[in-house]
Amino acid sequence: MVVTFSFWTQNYLDLDTTFTLANYREAWTDPLYRELMLRSLRISVVVTVATVVLAFPIAYYVSFHVRNHKALWLFLITVPFWTSYLLRVFLWKVILGYNGVLNSALLGLGLIDEPLSFILYNANAVVITLAHAWAPFAILPIFVALERIDRSLLEAAKDLGDGPVRSFFRVTLPLAMPGVVAATIIVLIPTVGDYITPRLVGGTEGLMISNMIQVQFGKANNAPLGAALAVSSMFIVGGLSLMIFFATRKIGRGGAD
Amino acid sequence: MRDTENPQARTIIALNAVTKSFGAVQALKGITANIREGEFFSLLGPSGCGKTTLLRMIAGFDEPTTGTIAIDGKPMAGIAANHRPTNMVFQSYAIFPHLSVADNVGYGLKKRRLPKAEYRREVEQALEMVDLGGYGPRAAHTLSGGQRQRVALARALIMKPKVVLLDEPLSALDKKLRDQMQLELRQLQRSVGITFILVTHDQEEALIMSDRIAVMFDGQIEQLATPEDLYRRPVNQRVASFIGVMNFLGAQVSGSDENQVSLDVQALGRIDIPRAGLPEGMKPEDIHRVGVRPEMMTILIDSATTAERIIEGEVVETSYYGDMTYYAVRLIGLEEPVTISMRNTAGRAVLRPGEIARVGFATDSIILFR
Amino acid sequence: MSNRRNKLNWLNTYAVVYMVFLYAPVVLLPIFAFNSSTIIAFPLSGFTTEWFGVLWTTDALHSAVRNSLLVAVSAATISTVLGLFAARAVARYSFPLERGIMGLIMLPLVLPEIIIAVALLIVLIQLGLSLSLWTVVLGHVLICTPFSIAVLGSAFRGLDPSMEEASFDLGETRWGTFRRVTFPLVLPGVISSLLITFTISLDEFIIAFFLTGTDVTLPVYIWSQMRFPAKLPSIMALGTILLGLTVALLILAEIFRRRSATRRGLDASTTEGLV
Repeated sequence: MVVTFSFWTQNYLDLDTTFTLANYREAWTDPLYRELMLRSLRISVVVTVATVVLAFPIAYYVSFHVRNHKALWLFLITVPFWTSYLLRVFLWKVILGYNGVLNSALLGLGLIDEPLSFILYNANAVVITLAHAWAPFAILPIFVALERIDRSLLEAAKDLGDGPVRSFFRVTLPLAMPGVVAATIIVLIPTVGDYITPRLVGGTEGLMISNMIQVQFGKANNAPLGAALAVSSMFIVGGLSLMIFFATRKIGRGGAD
Repeated sequence: MRDTENPQARTIIALNAVTKSFGAVQALKGITANIREGEFFSLLGPSGCGKTTLLRMIAGFDEPTTGTIAIDGKPMAGIAANHRPTNMVFQSYAIFPHLSVADNVGYGLKKRRLPKAEYRREVEQALEMVDLGGYGPRAAHTLSGGQRQRVALARALIMKPKVVLLDEPLSALDKKLRDQMQLELRQLQRSVGITFILVTHDQEEALIMSDRIAVMFDGQIEQLATPEDLYRRPVNQRVASFIGVMNFLGAQVSGSDENQVSLDVQALGRIDIPRAGLPEGMKPEDIHRVGVRPEMMTILIDSATTAERIIEGEVVETSYYGDMTYYAVRLIGLEEPVTISMRNTAGRAVLRPGEIARVGFATDSIILFR
Repeated sequence: MSNRRNKLNWLNTYAVVYMVFLYAPVVLLPIFAFNSSTIIAFPLSGFTTEWFGVLWTTDALHSAVRNSLLVAVSAATISTVLGLFAARAVARYSFPLERGIMGLIMLPLVLPEIIIAVALLIVLIQLGLSLSLWTVVLGHVLICTPFSIAVLGSAFRGLDPSMEEASFDLGETRWGTFRRVTFPLVLPGVISSLLITFTISLDEFIIAFFLTGTDVTLPVYIWSQMRFPAKLPSIMALGTILLGLTVALLILAEIFRRRSATRRGLDASTTEGLV
């Protein structure tokens, strides 16, 4: 499908105008698009790091400290994910808004004197919302990787004189790396192209590339440019994921030797 | 003996130069054998020798690369498993977990559209045959390992196949149950009179159950014989050491005439073998080794007892098994200790390591190898 | 020891806080659905079921629900059937380029949805097809099939291959074997695949947004209503109903998945690592 997609994209450009790279040139040089693209990348990298870092302790907790109800925990973790994405994003808007739940709660508790305004309609809001939306996608791969770790390895590490912290960094974390990498890639790729979140909670400075793609297809009625933007972002994200994948594999190998 | 029961029996399965290749790997390198009607036949060999591949080709799950398989005189090329007169008992038993015991057993009968009463009777009969009368309504997943094995067997037998194929059917059971099932399977096979072909890597199992055994190594049949022949007259060292324990000793021909061959054997000294005792096709100059089974040597504890030949050695290790004691004895003139087994009869002493043992043996218990 | 206890306490606390974070928006949904004020903010003003009543009388909503159900049922059925074939093929046979083909099929799982939407839109325009609910179905099949394959793949992997051989050996045909043995054994997987893909399709917005014609699906309808603050409480009510339904469906899916696992577990005894 993606093969036909790129094929058709080319064809479209080819058919509609003559074959031209102008759209790509525009996509890559126009400061507006470049700014949007970089911002999308920056936001999704932050989201990814935040999501994975926040998810790891949960995955670790469920894998190592929950004894009898692992399946229940995993189920509970995934339930919010299955509720309407649109509504969840909207509800974050409600939570983070000027008169929102968070602000009114903090005001009510007397912790702040006036509503916090830096949490809605900007990149921060996008990061929080996306970190929430993609949490299960980060937790599950890490959990699976942690589950695969042979517990006797940890006992061996302990037996060989490693304390809990050392054995965590020398045994658990390296062995969980494949899960962490999977989580990183799984979260990174779709967040770059997310549309709803930046549109609803991002304000103007939280807008991302996909919003522009949609505009090109819709109001601006410049589908070829939209396609060029889409293809470009796909390549950038794809390249980035491959880089992460190979880099960590190399590190993993080096560490194993 | 079993093999002479009916040597003229009809051939039920004829394997003719069967080979099988998986890519560049040749799993079977030309198998030719006739399996007789009504016999309990075993394919015995270490894992990877091709025995399961051969069984699966007889069943129709795989086709030979070259060569032919005929069942009851009919060539089987191009005939799929569901049209062959064979039924299989799988290693995992493959009991359908979503069906009751009765529905499992009657699975193959369903196609025949028997009247309900007859169907029920057949299923119940099959279950009784394997001592599971009344188990029909149970859910399959409530059964124990041994019971599953019986259901798998009943499910195959109800089809009244010409041949029942058993793929390591006892390997999942514990030792006690396995011993019991070996006897039961054997009795059942005799009472129904259907040809059974058993695949196993357990030589003891094959010896106990089979009329004839094909010993396979590396995709070839090394020897096809009755259990007794296999044990007493293994054709080569590989078969000899796979079936039971064998002590190998170097040997040289020191002389021969038309009546006998004289050998100079390590530790045992000069041994004369009558010409008639040479295996078929073996010339005196072929002999380079001899073998002695542990039970064919005796440690003479009482100085009064004698044997045809007596040598001496030092006990290196004693392994006490209760009914038996296994000794490792270093014979004079031999670096490697030999294994000698002794039945622990009433009053017989057990020697300790370091003691000197007098070892007796008979020259006709010696097996010749190339 | 006390060190370890501290660490555990810390982790426990973290887990609780994290769950609050995960559930915060979900919990708000029913709260505002029953709140009598039209403004979606605290403090709450009173209890009402008025917003649920509004839902009953909104025709546009009803047609959106009908459209969504049509799309979700079609997408779930088609992708599960496709998933069944693909999972079965991968589990039983190895064919040339297997990895490559599977990679392509699974790709939509990691592609941003907007890219899939754009790609499909271009293809459809080029083919001269007009946008309709069926184009949405097509898009949803594309994103649902990988999930189907993942769910059914694990069902097939847990299936002892000698089950099918045993049936075949007992005289059944290939089709009869599939009907009497394979299908019943993977049925729990099929049902959970249907439920999961149904849920995904029902909730999917971007592809539906791009590919739909004049008939809108439920998420697109919700999106369009979000611009009108007065409509928000009834959207909250709608969301609450959807939440209830989805959770019920998920619990069902989980029950079927477990039943399939125990079925297989009884036979293979090692089903660990299938999650």
